[in-house]
Amino acid sequence: MTQLALVIDLNVCVGCHACVTSCKEWNTSGTAGSMADENPYDKDPTGTFFNRVQTYEVGEFPLTETVHFPKSCLHCEDPPCVPVCPTGASYKREEDGIVLVDYDKCIGCRYCSWACPYGAREIDEKQKVMKKCTLCVDRIYDEALPEEERKPACVLACPTSARLFGDVHDSESDISVTIREEGGYQLMPEWGTKPSNHYLPRRKTRMHIHDDELERADNPLNKEQRKPHGPIDAPTLDDSTSW
Amino acid sequence: MHPAFSVIFLTTLIGVGQGLFLALFTGQSYSAVKLLPAATSAEFYSIGGIIALVFLIGGLIASFFHLGHPERAWRAAAMWRTSWLSREVIALPTVMGLLFVYSLMHYFNWDMVLFTSAGGVELSLSLIVGILGMLATFALFLCTGMIYACLKFLQEWHSPLTVINYTLLGTASGFVLATAFATYTAPGLLKFFGIWSIVITLTALITRAASLIRNRNIKYKSSPQTAIGVRHKNVKQIAMGMMGGSVNTRDFNHHMSALFLKSIKWIFIVMVFIIPTILIWNGIDTADRSILFTAFIIQYIGLIAERWFFFAQANHPQNIYYQTV
Repeated sequence: MTQLALVIDLNVCVGCHACVTSCKEWNTSGTAGSMADENPYDKDPTGTFFNRVQTYEVGEFPLTETVHFPKSCLHCEDPPCVPVCPTGASYKREEDGIVLVDYDKCIGCRYCSWACPYGAREIDEKQKVMKKCTLCVDRIYDEALPEEERKPACVLACPTSARLFGDVHDSESDISVTIREEGGYQLMPEWGTKPSNHYLPRRKTRMHIHDDELERADNPLNKEQRKPHGPIDAPTLDDSTSW
Repeated sequence: MHPAFSVIFLTTLIGVGQGLFLALFTGQSYSAVKLLPAATSAEFYSIGGIIALVFLIGGLIASFFHLGHPERAWRAAAMWRTSWLSREVIALPTVMGLLFVYSLMHYFNWDMVLFTSAGGVELSLSLIVGILGMLATFALFLCTGMIYACLKFLQEWHSPLTVINYTLLGTASGFVLATAFATYTAPGLLKFFGIWSIVITLTALITRAASLIRNRNIKYKSSPQTAIGVRHKNVKQIAMGMMGGSVNTRDFNHHMSALFLKSIKWIFIVMVFIIPTILIWNGIDTADRSILFTAFIIQYIGLIAERWFFFAQANHPQNIYYQTV
């Protein structure tokens, strides 16, 4: 079975919102109709989005770190929003695991948005139906597009390649290997929703320099008492501390 | 959560209708087994049944205001295998249909005794319809309560107390209305319904207080740490990714002060439980119709406050993602 999903690398995301605008552009221009904006150029603008980039501060000043955190539908393997739908408009596709809403069946009761702990669903205030990330289902199978472009709009837009797209059930796929080897994790694991989208943690690259790397511990000259120079902290000609 | 008045009126109105029907049927079954004088008029059941039906229809109309596409509401019966909302959509018309038949049978006196037991207890056809109606009514209470109780991450709702409170509060308001209504057509049953109203109202006070205490001590499972998956005790949102707000900032918050929330709590405790109990106690002694109807109206307004509080108090974990603009 296939389960398409995204992997989002928090170590790389710079919080530029390119995925947000690209998502909105692709999905508002699609055959499913526009994603309504109310008062877009006026007081109190508001609108429907499938993807947001949020920013968090971790730590206590001055030891803080800024984490940019893109959030869209996680296409859970056990999606709590699907069984509560009274009409069957919300469904999870057998063939690729994408969670979708049939806009022609949705009655706009909002119950599925109550049943999503991640706040991934937004009602379209004009069309009065529930909408959510489709993983660009109208794009990833489009054979009119060159193969390398058959990916969600957000993935193509990301300038730092923080978003990866693939099948998490195929254990040899690029994203499965990444999840496995780079410590990919799921959001709010406490609810048992088994999100398909994974996040990669912040990973620090640190240089560890041990004393014996500065001063050679097994230097034979130590025993032979024939060191050409004085102690290690004494100045040398070329500032080398290779003794 | 944002308390939507459509849902508040839906749940409180159908609660009154269901409770009134349960009261009528309790009266009928008590007289069938001769615990009550059987002298009650057929009008009490038929007109009472129609009043209960009007409340149910009122609730149904209110529910349509909650929908983005009410014209597609018929589709909502499709997923009864998985969705409690779908089950409610089936249970509500079932109760209405049985209630309609029940009222007609009493109005036109279409009834017959199916069999008589050795003790002289008669099992009539209207009693059978009444039993079916009662089962459907309890099923409807269960569905309505489970719509909220089944959402496990809304921890304030995820408890059997939710279903128990929906059932008891609806039944209480129906019995209070039955007490007031009995002054017209069945004055002999006034005390019977009055005492039951007080008993059910006070039982509901105990279970509602239990849920208030439970919710005060709730430990939330989700936190900013689990929400973004970073292990540090200080995780603070500094931007939610938009400035204009969205459904996520409107639909999951009551946008009222903590003081307002607290005062609504005490208002509903006084209006749903304390004032009606005192008024009914006085009303059944004096058989004063206006006191009894006042008790019903005050309790119903209190129930609107109770339902508002029920929604406002629930804290959705998605709000963790929407803390700061």
